[in-house]
Amino acid sequence: MSTPSNPAAAQKGDELPPLRLHLTRADLVRYAGASGDFNPIHWSDRVARVAGLPGVIAHGMLTMAVAGRVVTDWVGDASLVRSYGTRFTRPVVVPDDDTGALVEITGTVGDVTDSDGVRVARIDVKAVFDGKSVLGRATAEVVLPG
Amino acid sequence: MPDESFVGRSLPAAGPFQVGREKIREFATAIGDTSPLSRDLDVARAAGHPDLVAPPTFSTTFTMPLIEAFLRDPAFGWDYTRMVHGDQRITFHRAIHGGDELFTTIHVDELRTRAGSHMLTLRCEVADATGEPVATTSSLLVTQA
Repeated sequence: MSTPSNPAAAQKGDELPPLRLHLTRADLVRYAGASGDFNPIHWSDRVARVAGLPGVIAHGMLTMAVAGRVVTDWVGDASLVRSYGTRFTRPVVVPDDDTGALVEITGTVGDVTDSDGVRVARIDVKAVFDGKSVLGRATAEVVLPG
Repeated sequence: MPDESFVGRSLPAAGPFQVGREKIREFATAIGDTSPLSRDLDVARAAGHPDLVAPPTFSTTFTMPLIEAFLRDPAFGWDYTRMVHGDQRITFHRAIHGGDELFTTIHVDELRTRAGSHMLTLRCEVADATGEPVATTSSLLVTQA
């Protein structure tokens, strides 16, 4: 594993500082309120099971948002992000306990290109829950500072 | 059964959505984003921003409720209760700031039915009050056929 990279000097293959975080039911409730997504599969086990899920799952957009922090924490300015996208490949099941679901997020500089006088990095983001990747082809394009 | 005649159409622009500073702070807290650019107006302005800077996925706070309203409208015929989110892309033409007044136009780009699922691609074009593009989002939504 290489040393976490300085964004101003980023090169292909650099690894970003990883994130480990726990998503709890309280986090899902807070995100529901902040985002306006009150789909009950994110707060009701009963409704989640009727929908064929093992229990309450995190909003895909919450997983995407927290995974994006690996990029914005690194560059330090969300306005430098040009694009961000992902597929939602597996649900993050969030138990009704005090620990929640552990999600581990990593980012790697996939490419650096020059674009209109600025350097733009493609960051490949991975988010792992329960030993499996929950985001597919998650990538962000970000303008490198300095 | 979703009404295929919607494909290729767009809905009337919705807005303005007023981007409030407290909404940016609330959203940043909800995703654990501790950047001072999303919280402290003096820091954001000193860094050259006109106001607080919204986190990258902030646009979901106003695009997803519009998408939900469209998908719950019986006219389209979508089963919202069994919907899952398959894919999300966001392209930023500029950052979203506190004080922005934003208008969102939903475009129904594609509807496919495969392997027992309906797969719908909705694109949102977000523009400011002067019509300048701010963000383009694309959501793949899946429900049982």
